[in-house]
Formats: sequence, structure tokens, C-alpha cells
Amino acid sequence: MTKSILFLAHVDENGESLPKSAYEVLGAALALAGKTQATLIVGLIGGEIAAAADTITRCGAAKILAVSGPEFASPRFASDAAAAEALCRAAGAELILAPATSRFQRALPALAHRLSGRVDTHVSSLALVDGAVCATRWFYRQRLEGQIQRDERPWLLLMDAGCHEPWNGAPGTATVEQIAVLLPETAQRSKVVGIRSPKTDAQTIRPEAELLFVAGAGWTKKQADGKPHPEVAETLILEFLAASKASLGGSKSLVDQSGENQAVLGFMTHLNQVGQTGATPRHPKGLSTCCHGEEPHVVGWRFINERRAINLDPNCGWARGKADVVYVADAFEVMKEVNALLRVPADAKLATASD
Amino acid sequence: MSTGYHIMVCAGIVPDPLQTLEPVETPAGPGLKNEMMLPAVLDPWASHALYEAANLAAKVAGSKVWLVSLGPKAKLQQVMMTIAQKVSFELVAIDAPGGAFTDAHAVAEVLSGAIQKIAGLDRSRLLLFGGWESASRGAGVTMQLIAERLGITDQFQGVDQLTAQAGGSFEVLERIEGGRHQVSVCAGPPALLGWATGSLPEPRNSPQIGMANMRTVMPALQKAEAAKLDSGSLRYRSVRPPQQQRQTRIVKDRPAKEIAKEIVEWIGAEGQR
Repeated sequence: MTKSILFLAHVDENGESLPKSAYEVLGAALALAGKTQATLIVGLIGGEIAAAADTITRCGAAKILAVSGPEFASPRFASDAAAAEALCRAAGAELILAPATSRFQRALPALAHRLSGRVDTHVSSLALVDGAVCATRWFYRQRLEGQIQRDERPWLLLMDAGCHEPWNGAPGTATVEQIAVLLPETAQRSKVVGIRSPKTDAQTIRPEAELLFVAGAGWTKKQADGKPHPEVAETLILEFLAASKASLGGSKSLVDQSGENQAVLGFMTHLNQVGQTGATPRHPKGLSTCCHGEEPHVVGWRFINERRAINLDPNCGWARGKADVVYVADAFEVMKEVNALLRVPADAKLATASD
Repeated sequence: MSTGYHIMVCAGIVPDPLQTLEPVETPAGPGLKNEMMLPAVLDPWASHALYEAANLAAKVAGSKVWLVSLGPKAKLQQVMMTIAQKVSFELVAIDAPGGAFTDAHAVAEVLSGAIQKIAGLDRSRLLLFGGWESASRGAGVTMQLIAERLGITDQFQGVDQLTAQAGGSFEVLERIEGGRHQVSVCAGPPALLGWATGSLPEPRNSPQIGMANMRTVMPALQKAEAAKLDSGSLRYRSVRPPQQQRQTRIVKDRPAKEIAKEIVEWIGAEGQR
């Protein structure tokens, strides 16, 4: 039986709050603690954690532990792993729940070895079956779903974003128990020196966007006049992104064309790629255009709730059975009209799309 | 850097992404229907790691690339016929069950053990490469567990670029949220780099490279040690494909203007008009 659960989180980039996904994991941790009658302990990591701790002080945790200081401000494996290890040892919890942020996805797996425990990631839900905790996660890149159990403890579970309702109680003034961690020289061989945006004029990946706009290779193929019109496609897509504030995804075939230095859609990079070998973003709505392909490609919008597609082939894998609505139409014509309705100035620059 | 890097690329094999996957129950736990019949490929992100390793080794004199791969021997042989024509490497093969339902901790134990046994490996020059996730288990934990077992304290995940700098240090670009990269500078090896896609295209097949590699690949396959994976208490209560067939409404023979109006209403962007 689980006696205690540690909710582990790091502060966000501003240092004043937690990442959104951390509040979701806190919600899941509280739900599980309620079912198992376990004690919930909070562990925080960051340069300065007081403001973030205040946001969750009324969540009902038995105590809030923290490792903080300038050397723990930046996401770095050695310092994050050392801080997390100290918090886990201080808490002594059987279950450790944490958000699958890039920072924790880098640092926490090795921790399982240090603690002689086990780690599982990309967990989408937790359940109690016959008194035992079960975790659900995806295999083969979102193509098979499995429910697993383990007896080894501690068990670290990194939960994906968008899988649980966030905890959103009122803030207060937190009492935090600081855990001292002395970083050895060997843990400071790497230094974070900055953040770099993709080599585009503006950001086209917006995780918080309401809409995912997926562009397929059809945008670069020959059109009704027998010629490809990538420059028109580029303008239509960028104008739409500027007006709708949508996030841009690309099919593998389109992204690969860009990677092979073909003059296709200049703003499309591997970072935009969705699908079997790309990302599987979570947005409330998704609109696919000119996308073709079967199941492996379609996993790119497995976690999109409402899906529509503009496609000349109504039987395409992206469309029938996978989308709620398929518009059998020319995406060039439809998006031109959409942009007209959104009243985007003809000379809109991608720079205006920046959030 | 005068002595070069010792680059260890860990790469598994996975079913070709275009194959239909159907779970089945086997005496050893869940598996895939006709798993041994499915065509296999080198794991996509690990492939990028291999190409980046070869590229780095070509730039830094004295460097060497090993490819450590765990999977059923017959499958490894099939995949190596293709991969061996891409870039130069020395293969370290381990004959063991592959697939998504093996335990990452068990795989990490076997792989780290195999790396430690490699003759001539200089751990002070070691760059441990792999994919940041596999296309099978997709956990993104195996490489970190191997590195931890090897005592590597500098780890990077979602790497898209490594640039060697003067004095032996290197700059690393890691993917973070929002389509951005975190830039770090590491003092030097040993380090773990879990690669995303990097920036290199897939190398063309080279018969010359293939011939050279085959001199070591075939013996490595022949002497591949069979390894048993101990998954501890890991149990699968269920494995199934997602049930998500939707009732799709087909809209056709409608003017583009009408479709556009419906889409704008649906995305809720009317307020921006």
C-alpha cells in the first residue's frame, strides 16, 4: 500500500510559478493520494521557489520541501538530478509524480537508478486496481496503449501534459523546508548559456494555441495549372498563422523536403514535424490541409480533440474515421477565403505572428 | 582535440513505421503479431545519432564510432545490411529480445555492461550517443540509465546540434518547450547526447563503406552474446490499440467561400475580423 507520494516540480522560466503541466500533475497526485489515503509531499527545485510555493501552499500537502539557489536556476542535468535526489531521499516516498517537461525528462530517469527504483515516462493516466497503482502509457509512438504495474519502489512517474485537470486553488504564504545540496565541481562542468529560437523569422510552434494547423506535402505539389506554387502556399499559411495564432505542424514528407534543401516552405523545420517520427502535440482543435498517408502519420494528431481536414481525397487516412469533418476541396482556394474572412493585410509579415 | 572522441552510439531496431501493429499475448508477455516477420529499421532518432556521430568523427581526427545494438540476431543482421552502407562504424551486437515491451532498466543494464567490456575504449574521451526516445518503448530513459551506470554526469536530451570548440569543450543545442533550443556549453567528454533529428540528411548508400564495414559487422554478429533481460516486477495489465474511429462528416460540392465561413466559425476567430 502506498503511504506517501512526492509531487516533484521545478519552477517555470520566470521563476514565479510552476509550468502549467505541473499543476495538472499536482491534480493527479492529489486524486491518487485521496484514493490511496497516502500523504502528499511537495518537492520544488529552482533558483528562487518562494513565489511558486505560494501558488500551491493550500493544496493539502503535508509539507513542502525545496532545493533552491542560483546553481539550481538553469535546467542542467547534474544540478537537477542532485536536487531531485536530495528531495526524494528527504521525502522517502514510494511514489514520485512529476511533469514530463524537457527539464525533468532529461534529469529524472537517471535518478531512478540512484534510488534503486524504477522510472516510467509519458504516463497519461493513473488508476488504482485491486489496491495497486497502475499507470497507462503509450507504446510504438502512440499506436498502442498499455497499462503497467511495478512492485519496485520508489517508482518515478513522469506524466504528459494535458492528461489531468490542473489543481487551481487559491495562493497563500507557504512554509518551505529547505534541503541543503552542495554541488561538487563535477556537477558544474556544463553551463546553460542561453535560449535560441528556431531559424525562422518568427515562432510558429505555440504549445498553448487553441488550434494546430497541419500542412502536408500537397501544398508543394502541382496544382490545377500543372505547376507547383510553393510561394503562394507559403503566403497563405503564414497569413493564416498570423491571423489565427495557430501552431504549425508539418507532415514528415513536407518537413523532409525542407531538410533536403529543396526550396519548398522555408519556415518548416523538423521542429514542426508531427507524427510517428515527430511530435504528438495536444491542442483542443486541429485543421489538416493537403495531408496524405495512413495510420503511422496520423498519430501526429492523436491528442487533438476536434479535428477537421481539407483534402481532395475523402478516403485519405487523415480524413475518414480520423477527422470529425472533411472538406473535399482545394486547400489553396479555401485558405485564401479563410484569410480574407480573417482580414489579414496582404503584406502581413510572419513577424506579426509572433506571440 | 588531438586525440579525438570515442563515440558510442546505442541504437535499437524497430518495426518499419509503415507496418500495421497488432498486439498479441505471448508466454513472455505482450508482443506484436508476426513480430519476427515485420520488416525492421534502425530506430529513427538513433539513426540520426549515428549520422551525427559519423559526421563528428570525420571532423575530429582520431575519433572512432561504435554502434551498440540490441535485438534478435536475425533482425540485427537484416538491418545492418542497410545501415552498414551509410557510415563507418564498429558493431557491438547483443542478441536479445527487442520491442517496446522489454524493460528500459534491463536493457540499460545489458548495454552498459557491453560498453564497459569494449577493448580500447577510453572513457575520458567517451561521447555516448543515442536517440532521445525510441520509436518502440518511447520512454526516453534508457540512455540516461546507461550514462548513470557509466558515471557520466553531463547529459543532454533532444539534441539537434553539437559544435566542438577550442580547448575540448563543446556547445550543445537541446530542444525545449515551444520549439526553442537551450544552449549549453560542456567542458568536454565524457557526456551523453540523446539526439532528436539533428540537421543531417540520411547518407546515401556507399558500397565502399558497406564493404569495409562488413569486414567487422559479420564477425560481430556471429559472436553476438545472448543476453537475458530481467524486467523485474514489470507487469502489463493490458495492451491495445486506441479505439478512436470517428463518424466523419464529408462535405463536398460546396463553394470555397462557404467552407471558409464554416471553418472560421469553428476555430472561433470571428472576433478578429
